[in-house]
Amino acid sequence: MNKTVNQKAWFLVLPVLVLVAFSAVIPLMTVVNYSVQDTFGNNDFFWAGFDWFDEMIHSDRLHAALGRQVLFSAIILAIEVPLGIFIALNMPKKGFWSSVTLVLMALPLLIPWNVVGTIWQIFGRVDIGLLGHALASLGFDYNYTNDALDAWATVIVMDVWHWTSLVALLCYAGLQSIPQAYYQAARIDQATRWKVFRYIELPKMSGVLLIAILLRFMDSFMIYTEPFVVTGGGPGNATTFLSIDLVKMAVGQFDLGPAAAFSIMYFLVILLVSWVFYTVMTNFDKEEGL
Amino acid sequence: MARITLQKLAHSYMPHPKSEADFALKELNHVWEDGRAYALLGASGCGKTTLLNIISGLVRPSQGRVLFGDRDVTDAPTAERNIAQVFQFPVVYDTMTVEDNLAFPLRNRGMDPAYIHTRVQQIARMIGMEEVLKRKARGLTADAKQKISLGRGMVREDVNAILFDEPLTVIDPHMKWELRTQLKSLHQQFGHTMIYVTHDQTEALTFADRVVVMHDGRVVQIGTPQELFETPAHTFVGYFIGSPGMNLFDATVEGRFATVAGQQIDLGLDYGRPLGRVQLGVRPEYVALTDEPSGLPVRVNRIEDVGRHRIVRADFDGRPVNAIAHEGQAVSPAMGRLVFAPGHINVYADDWRLQGRAA
Repeated sequence: MNKTVNQKAWFLVLPVLVLVAFSAVIPLMTVVNYSVQDTFGNNDFFWAGFDWFDEMIHSDRLHAALGRQVLFSAIILAIEVPLGIFIALNMPKKGFWSSVTLVLMALPLLIPWNVVGTIWQIFGRVDIGLLGHALASLGFDYNYTNDALDAWATVIVMDVWHWTSLVALLCYAGLQSIPQAYYQAARIDQATRWKVFRYIELPKMSGVLLIAILLRFMDSFMIYTEPFVVTGGGPGNATTFLSIDLVKMAVGQFDLGPAAAFSIMYFLVILLVSWVFYTVMTNFDKEEGL
Repeated sequence: MARITLQKLAHSYMPHPKSEADFALKELNHVWEDGRAYALLGASGCGKTTLLNIISGLVRPSQGRVLFGDRDVTDAPTAERNIAQVFQFPVVYDTMTVEDNLAFPLRNRGMDPAYIHTRVQQIARMIGMEEVLKRKARGLTADAKQKISLGRGMVREDVNAILFDEPLTVIDPHMKWELRTQLKSLHQQFGHTMIYVTHDQTEALTFADRVVVMHDGRVVQIGTPQELFETPAHTFVGYFIGSPGMNLFDATVEGRFATVAGQQIDLGLDYGRPLGRVQLGVRPEYVALTDEPSGLPVRVNRIEDVGRHRIVRADFDGRPVNAIAHEGQAVSPAMGRLVFAPGHINVYADDWRLQGRAA
């Protein structure tokens, strides 16, 4: 077969290149630019090599924030994924109530982050908040502004409240796509409820579940607004997650070089973990298919 | 194993059915004899699957009772009925191996592992899947998956009945033939009661020794393939079974003579004076094209040679008529008359067959 050689066809790729350049590459390059330079002011920059990266990799502050971040993501995934599946399994499958539950479930997803933060910030206050005051009157020593554990609990419960719906709705969609014949066959085969879940529902949900886990991981790993509004990263540094720390460094202390190096590593970590998640879960799928 | 009795059974998918039209399944009484192979034949949407699901307990009938032997199981869950059912589209447990799929119903009943192993091997041999027992079911073709479904349906030896809901829809024609033959031999070997739902008459007639024909939520005839062919109890049976279906002619009948468009036909039996819409039904096999002056005047449209025989498509009084001419029988478009073989004319009043008396 003879293919016509026409190098002008490269021009057809140009729009994509321009688009990607402006949307991703060029903004990222400014960060890269800062990460390898230093300045003493007057807009006077000089080459710093990989010093900032070196400093950041060995920074205890970054390690601590990363540790808190990993713990936070792990906890909310461990709660939201099983809880979301459980809710999806118990949602009405059809009729009037299914529409009602769908709308109710979707509501938290529609609230802007800082509004969610504000809601919980007030909700949890011991003096005027419904939750905080109620807990205090019941005799619990609850105060998210000066107790690290309370602060963590508040931030986690807030995230679960805000985002479990996403997992539940995705799983619900996965469940709805299972043909009735599967459930009928399971009844004929006398499968227990657990086996129906394990061998029919879970495998059919695995695709959407992968998406749900990825989305929740990425989102929680980048979380900023909600804990910032509620705790401001405190008490102390107890809820200072990676992006909160990054903003402190870049905007608060104006340490542009280290912050830029931090940003790049942060980005790479998210990319890496997402890739690992994706590969592990799709390979898991493939192995099952052998 | 047990005899399955349906008493005054009817089902509607509406909560408060008002008229008969609201019923997907109209009242029916029927006994499925133990160990027989039945086919449930009818067009799509006539209530076949509903009936099947009622027997297996997936659907609870709105009226009537289901008895297994002498036990009333109308309210018993599927698990208690010990029924196997194979669905139209393959249902396999994707994440399990073929072997685990086949063993699943046995394991769920807590059978002995050694027995399960030998039984699964046996079934795998039967459906020709011994080679792939250790493979996951996920990557298999639709054909193979449906074979697993069939295997899972047959793996339990003690079932009361095996129900097949158009199981060969997704299988390619060559394999269809083979699997059908296998099911038939399996039936002869183990003697399970089998009920096979289909809308394909060839499938029904080759598989079953009793065919139940359903039309519009009603059982219109139960009989051997021979009976369905010779004496269709309802015009639907005449039209649905046979290729081409039975010819129907509007007629007036008096005693043993019928008048069709001014032509008198001797019926051989006395039918009295039937009321309602009276029709004569004659299978194309019993219609012959001739050039003698007697018979119904027709205009031949075309003659199709389908190998074993030729089908004559003709026009009588503005309505299509078919005749089948066997090898050696001379037909030509110039012939203009149709005659019916005596003794093979059925008389219908309002679609139901009348019984004639010897005149």
